[in-house]
Amino acid sequence: MGAALFLLLAVLTVVAALTVVLHPNPVKSAMALVVTLFLLAVVFVLLEAHMIAALQIIVYAGAIMVLFLFVIMLLNLQSDEPELGRGHGVQRVLAWSGGVLLALELAVVARGVPAAKVGATPAGYGGAVAVAKSLYTDFLLPFELTSILLLVAVVGAVVLAQRQRRPDVS
Amino acid sequence: MIVPTDWVLTLSAVLFAIGVVGVLVRRNVIVIFMAIELMLNAVNLSFVALARSRGAVDGQVVVFFVMTVAAAEAAVGLAIIIASFRNRATVNADELALLRG
Repeated sequence: MGAALFLLLAVLTVVAALTVVLHPNPVKSAMALVVTLFLLAVVFVLLEAHMIAALQIIVYAGAIMVLFLFVIMLLNLQSDEPELGRGHGVQRVLAWSGGVLLALELAVVARGVPAAKVGATPAGYGGAVAVAKSLYTDFLLPFELTSILLLVAVVGAVVLAQRQRRPDVS
Repeated sequence: MIVPTDWVLTLSAVLFAIGVVGVLVRRNVIVIFMAIELMLNAVNLSFVALARSRGAVDGQVVVFFVMTVAAAEAAVGLAIIIASFRNRATVNADELALLRG
């Protein structure tokens, strides 16, 4: 049951991810990425990572993708990418064969991973309490450093995106 | 109801490779950025799968940090795209070749 559901989700996720990469329209690429993120959230639930699945939908599919769509709207990029089907033939073939090779290599590595050591997880595994306990004890320092990272990112984004002040305008 | 770990890792490998191909074949800077997000998610998936396999939540905490970094990266990266669009009026990566010798 779980395995069949996972296979269905895997096929759908790969199709959605290919749509992200191949669709000429950036808005539809972004929507396909939202679908990919939602499907991955379902896979996370299958893997008993409930807290991460919720964060995936709220932070990724909610906040980050809205940011992407805002920027696409701001730059007015409804038009399709005209260069997508032509030019750079050799590089395109090399990129695709390199990608297939990379996927095969990583899949072979995945074959060597031993099967799950733990059959049944303890009660509350992957819930907010378990993740928070680990986050606020073992990972407290990285958690605090994260706040500095976010502060720097906010300041950096504001500085980069604001209009240049012209000194000649009085 | 347990999903085999190597299946999930294989899915993660395929998604990562699709992200790499996306970065290589697309010209639109925003789509390249989305392909990078796809790669980050593929790595998140393998972290979650290995955390489940070990029965520990540490891997899930790492995913939490990856999401934070991805949010910061998206904010700064999209600001850079806006700034470069304002100066060059393009999001085509081929035309942003200022560093070409």
